[in-house]
Amino acid sequence: MSEAVLSSGTELEAPGAKGVADDFSRDKQVFGVPWGKAMMWIFLLSDTFIFSCFLVGYMSVRIASTDPWPIPSEVFALSFGGEPIPLVLIAIMTFILITSSGTMAMAVNMGYRKDRNKTFWLMVATALLGASFVGMQAFEWTKLIMEGVRPWGNPFGAAQFGSSFFMITGFHGMHVSAGVIYLLVVAFRVKTGFYERRGGNYEIVEIAGLYWHFVDLVWVFIFAFFYLW
Amino acid sequence: MAAEGQQHPIKIYLWIWLLLFVVSFFSYMVDYLQFHGALRWTLILIFMFVKAGFIVAIFMHMKWERLALKLAILGPPVAIMVLIWLMSYEGFHVEDTRIEYYGESTMEPQTPAHH
Repeated sequence: MSEAVLSSGTELEAPGAKGVADDFSRDKQVFGVPWGKAMMWIFLLSDTFIFSCFLVGYMSVRIASTDPWPIPSEVFALSFGGEPIPLVLIAIMTFILITSSGTMAMAVNMGYRKDRNKTFWLMVATALLGASFVGMQAFEWTKLIMEGVRPWGNPFGAAQFGSSFFMITGFHGMHVSAGVIYLLVVAFRVKTGFYERRGGNYEIVEIAGLYWHFVDLVWVFIFAFFYLW
Repeated sequence: MAAEGQQHPIKIYLWIWLLLFVVSFFSYMVDYLQFHGALRWTLILIFMFVKAGFIVAIFMHMKWERLALKLAILGPPVAIMVLIWLMSYEGFHVEDTRIEYYGESTMEPQTPAHH
């Protein structure tokens, strides 16, 4: 953002607290980033609070429950014919989401290099990894529902386990699904030259990327607090 | 130039990508090796914050943004710490009240059957 200058020509590159005061006190936009990016950050901030409320709610009911909490390591274990491996599907889902975050970061980079073809394919790869994540989550839900887990009770322990699980992973899965659609829309617009006709600006890829990385970020917290704790 | 946006060498993304894999593997190992108690919780939190930090700082480019944006986005979530403290306090109080009025739970933890 080195071109951010005052009308007088003074550069707004002061670091630290002086820079913050300069940015907030100039009579124009505060953040030296495209408005779409600033708004995506603010949306993600509000989403942070929503997910935090869910996780804090889960913490409350887990602390307050006098019944033993089901052991995630065993509930989410999966057996491939032999001994059940703890959390194996969740681990695979975690690695898939990290891989998709990596391909997304590369897509953003290729977008700024104006390599439309590579950007398109990297975004499609990201969306496919996201879709496979949602597929595995659907499998996980099916398995738990067949074992008798319900929002109001389950055979393994505290009744609040089901409602916390369906609420938190469901809301996260919904975010991933929305992200897949969002990424595909942007990817096809990159491919068809939609942004070329609008001045060849590929910030939108970075903005979509912010959303996608956020989904991965939320999963980091869900993985730690719900599955590992 | 703002129009050029956040451009950084590909190498840094590949490094962070690799590190995220390694740290995720470590956090999975916490469960696989059946660590318990304070050691488990400490390791979970350390790996969680390392991963979250890498994602926000590098993949989401927060490291390269101006301090005004960093403070505006990373500042408010600090309030969540207060909520966590309040609700855990509340949670333990509810648990104590339940035990006082209904007694200890007699439920035995069940191990799921695998097919």
